[in-house]
Amino acid sequence: KMSLSAKEKVIVKDFFAKVSSRSDEVGAEALARLIVVYPQTKSYFAHWKDLSPNGAPVRKHGITIMGGLYEAVSKIDDLAGGLLTLSELHAFVLRVDPVNFKILSHCIMVVLSMLFAEEFTPQIHVAVDKFLALVALALSEKYR
Amino acid sequence: MVEWTDFERATIQSVFEKMDYDDVGPAALSRCLVVYPWTQRYFGNFGNLYNAAAIQGNPMVAAHGKTVLHGLDRAVKNMDDIKATYAELSVLHSEKLRVDPDNFRLLADCLTIVVAARMGADFTADVQGAFQKFLAVVVSSLGRQYH
Repeated sequence: KMSLSAKEKVIVKDFFAKVSSRSDEVGAEALARLIVVYPQTKSYFAHWKDLSPNGAPVRKHGITIMGGLYEAVSKIDDLAGGLLTLSELHAFVLRVDPVNFKILSHCIMVVLSMLFAEEFTPQIHVAVDKFLALVALALSEKYR
Repeated sequence: MVEWTDFERATIQSVFEKMDYDDVGPAALSRCLVVYPWTQRYFGNFGNLYNAAAIQGNPMVAAHGKTVLHGLDRAVKNMDDIKATYAELSVLHSEKLRVDPDNFRLLADCLTIVVAARMGADFTADVQGAFQKFLAVVVSSLGRQYH
């Protein structure tokens, strides 16, 4: 089973600390890109009156998602255990098809690359990619 | 046949016109080899790919990165028939190079990340959409002749 090495955990924690001052921006922008570039993802937000990428609901929800990611960073040593509640939420209430975790991860990394071009080196990219994949796995824990 | 909007056509031309191939090509390929290390299987004769620093400093990787990126020029110039444009290259990748076509998608993702870094705020959601659609067509065309 894939897991983060001790070194990779440090890389992820350090990088997310660096990003934290702009984390709201990252979250909002990543979700906006998700619904623009992958319009099928809008199916999960049909209950929102405003689905415009720069509208308030999308921005607010992007920030919420980013908050979840920071919670994951703080629980990096036990993602499955630490994200149990979020996993149950996604499995039983939200029922987001897990393919979308991959797509959102890609959008998050595109935004990280845009806003932190110098810092988002290939070495950091691979650690973050692994981390996001492990978060996605933890969120899918309770699906079936 | 793929339908392109005026915005998408203009965006693809503009992104590639502004691109520094000598910078982006090597950056995208080396990033792919670091982020998805199993892709190194195709480069056994490239010498030292032992770690990220070695990969990023490897001149054969850099040269090949430029080759691959210039390979996209044909699609940029023939957006209305990318499938036919890449038929031969698809056969080459399938029968001679024997590259798992999923690798095209991995490289495309790394290229997107590199272009995002270079373009910064200019890489808007709409530009990203057009760019990814273009790459998806390229990736699909390169996989078309596999059997």
